[in-house]
Amino acid sequence: MYTCSDLRKGLKLMIEGEPYVIIQFDFTKPGKGQALYKCKMRNMLNGNIYDRTYRSGETFDEANLEDRSMQFLYKDESGYVFMDQQSYEQITLSEETLGDDHFFLIDNMEVKILTFNGQGIGVTLPNFVNLRIVKADPWIKGDTAAGNSKPATVESGYTLQVPSFVEEGEMIQIDTRTGEYVTRVKE
Amino acid sequence: MSPASKNKTEGCWPLARKQPTLWNRARILQSIRDFFTSRGFLEVETPQRIPSNAPEAYIVPLASGAWCLQTSPELCMKRLLAAGYPKLFQICHCFRQEERGNRHLPEFTLLEWYEAGADYRRQMRDCEDLLAALLPELELTWRGRRINLMPPWERLSVADAFDSYASCSLEEALEEERFDAIMGVEIEPRLGMLRPTLLYDYPAEKAALARRKASDPRFAERFELYILGMELANGFSELTDSQEQRRRFEDEERLRRSGGQTPYPLPEKFLEELAAMPNAAGIALGIDRLIMLLTDSSSIDDVVAFPPELL
Repeated sequence: MYTCSDLRKGLKLMIEGEPYVIIQFDFTKPGKGQALYKCKMRNMLNGNIYDRTYRSGETFDEANLEDRSMQFLYKDESGYVFMDQQSYEQITLSEETLGDDHFFLIDNMEVKILTFNGQGIGVTLPNFVNLRIVKADPWIKGDTAAGNSKPATVESGYTLQVPSFVEEGEMIQIDTRTGEYVTRVKE
Repeated sequence: MSPASKNKTEGCWPLARKQPTLWNRARILQSIRDFFTSRGFLEVETPQRIPSNAPEAYIVPLASGAWCLQTSPELCMKRLLAAGYPKLFQICHCFRQEERGNRHLPEFTLLEWYEAGADYRRQMRDCEDLLAALLPELELTWRGRRINLMPPWERLSVADAFDSYASCSLEEALEEERFDAIMGVEIEPRLGMLRPTLLYDYPAEKAALARRKASDPRFAERFELYILGMELANGFSELTDSQEQRRRFEDEERLRRSGGQTPYPLPEKFLEELAAMPNAAGIALGIDRLIMLLTDSSSIDDVVAFPPELL
């Protein structure tokens, strides 16, 4: 059972028998009034998106999803294909179902596939993934101020902010939960 | 996976990337201090750990032994007013449980200032002056939206705001106990979009420490400042009637306890000394949110070094 203070982006809930994931979360408190918890959530079965506002005191059921360890094989026209290495069973997930997670999939990566009544509805990635930068402005000599950042694009097409000293061609570590840069990776 | 390099410049990026913003933050704090000091306000520091806060139905204090951490420094500030300090300000950390979001930290920085002989209209002008001192160009761009800060700002009564923006009138909202929900969902996001909005004259039951309007006691002299949909400050003409203050505290404390919150004693020393307090106005302004606006930051996490999750 969750209460309002558990609500956050990425939390999975069961509402009227169907699993939902919170894709945007905002806590507001008008003046000195009662707290409001504004959620944008996606139905994990049909992809529909809803806005809901909850007040403190409400409770929520956990989404009873099962995890299956699987390996990411490849991407084709049908979507992203994963395989259970014990049973060799394959599951295909669409880019829409994966959301931003598709940017962080690497061939042969071990992931957990979330299933609901046997249907694959999402993926849990390792917390950190290493990806190579394919596009970034060069480091300007003299820009030594710590904390300066610039946009960079990694091999999967994902764009994020990195420190200004990170160069094109370098491998970086990304936190898949936040989508943010963590550190450079020495090869 | 090869080990991450850990040379000196690399550091911890979530912390390191905040350096430019934290420099800005320090400069803004310095400018705020200069603004009040040059106007004859005394900067004070009062204890963060206190026997009890002013009870408020929806603000949850954090326990600290048998005492608690302050949710606002207002009780000590007003005791100083009552003792004859006419102009005071303080910049301090306050603590409110269960408040966490894009614009909320459970430990945050509040600026409060108090002035004897002033009322809430005087403090509305203080807000205009303070922003003009911080942004002499009188223009602010936040998240791609530009806003003009030239005084006078929009002054909008709460009743008019319901008529303009809400699906029902103020009276209906109060009757159906939907005031907060409508304020938070239908009204607040639309306030202060072209220039700042000073939303004023709250229903008396929504202003536990504010003086009622002499001309219409259903309302209290309380106002809030909004810029680009963000609530920045809450001020009021202070209630100085000790007996009425006690009744209102008892009502709020009853609401707190019925909501299952830890009971705290009423702040008796404050209530005793309130009788000696001159007419005055006081206001609290969220420093972290102000810095979000001034540094074009999208999240409150970006303007403090350590949001709780980084600890």
